[in-house]
Amino acid sequence: MNGIHDMGGMDGMGPIEREANEPVFHAEWERRVYGLMRATGRWTVGRTRVGFRWAIESIPAKEYLRISYYEKWFAMLTTRLLRAGLVTEEELDSGQAATGQRPRLYARESSEDVSGEPDPSPRFREGEPIRVRNLHPRGHTRLPRYTRGKIGIVFKQRGVFGLQDTDEHGISLGGRRQEVYTVRFGAQELWGERGGTSDSVYVEMWEDYLEPV
Amino acid sequence: MAKDEQDAVGRRKFLSGAAATAAAMVGNTDDASAGQDSEEQEHGHEHQTVPADIALRVKALESVLVEKKMVEPSELDAIVDLYENKVGPRNGARVVARAWTDPEFKRRLLESADEAIAEFGFEGPHQEHLLVVENEPNVHNLVVCTLCSCYPWSTLGLPPVWYKSAPYRSRAVIDPRGVLEEFGVELDADVEVRVWDSTAEQRYMVLPERPPGTDGMSEAELEELVSRDSMIGVAKLEASTARGDA
Repeated sequence: MNGIHDMGGMDGMGPIEREANEPVFHAEWERRVYGLMRATGRWTVGRTRVGFRWAIESIPAKEYLRISYYEKWFAMLTTRLLRAGLVTEEELDSGQAATGQRPRLYARESSEDVSGEPDPSPRFREGEPIRVRNLHPRGHTRLPRYTRGKIGIVFKQRGVFGLQDTDEHGISLGGRRQEVYTVRFGAQELWGERGGTSDSVYVEMWEDYLEPV
Repeated sequence: MAKDEQDAVGRRKFLSGAAATAAAMVGNTDDASAGQDSEEQEHGHEHQTVPADIALRVKALESVLVEKKMVEPSELDAIVDLYENKVGPRNGARVVARAWTDPEFKRRLLESADEAIAEFGFEGPHQEHLLVVENEPNVHNLVVCTLCSCYPWSTLGLPPVWYKSAPYRSRAVIDPRGVLEEFGVELDADVEVRVWDSTAEQRYMVLPERPPGTDGMSEAELEELVSRDSMIGVAKLEASTARGDA
């Protein structure tokens, strides 16, 4: 989706604020959110399973810019648990489970290819110029806006990975396995005169995002 | 962001806040402003203020999940402990110091970082596909995740707030030299800047240049010179650099 999260190349976000001797977490609730996020993913298996990146990107833009990182994580966590039917809004409000019944835990799907089919061959060679397709999907995509329509060079083939994109409701598009490439873009191809003449940006791209020049 | 009073967070407010958040999360944005009913908490820094009721809402969620036997508090403690106390940029510093002192290791690290780093036996899951990119006199590398917050957890731990912030994410790709200047790194015009935007499964770590004047130092001594920021690419190292970050 063309959301506020896709902010590469934007102006106006202000100076970078650093904190000396920054702690890993700034409050106990941040620790709990982090732990809950890592510990609950398995429960969404076999249920309505919305992508966690989609759930973050679906936070309304003005909220996205206002709230802190772990508040976004909490929002994402509750979205995923609600959509999976693992908790209800009443339970979140009251802090009390409607039932002490443990939900059924389904076996995790393998992230590896289980079809037994060989990996698809890469369509593009290293060193080959490609153009990024002008895609504007409504769901989650790993294709940054600033690369769309741009020409780059395949720097490396990275191997076969399942596509992470989702539909507009956050549901996986099927994870079609395909080659992922590191593509090198000249800074001036991306940014015109604002780009450094010898500088470049390297972006990883699933094959579905690319077309021959 | 906070504009509200310092009153105790009442039950009513807690409920409306949680409901508004949940509503906003499932895409119903009409009522999202209700979630701004919040107060400011001091955490010793200004850029991450937090509404007070978030702590209560997190506690409510954990209670529900524990009651349903979906999580154990001790399980959460262990996950947090791993990234708060065991896995962090000291891992990356060990890798860098070895690469500086062992050319054969460095060759393997640049070729296949996952295999090379497995030798260290770092704690935690190793789901990452790590690529180590080398700084050289005429090449400077910088790592960012413009879309979110991807970061090499197994070697650097969890990212600092600035790395996940809008100012860094928006500017690192279009104005890397300006960003580096803000971090105090001046590059000659003839140095090539390579920005790595972590969009897929690959994670990136920078192998900084070994500082001059460190010829006689041991691997352990060198490790002390390596800062987190140098492995993200926003700092250069000097022999006298005291490790200023975690």
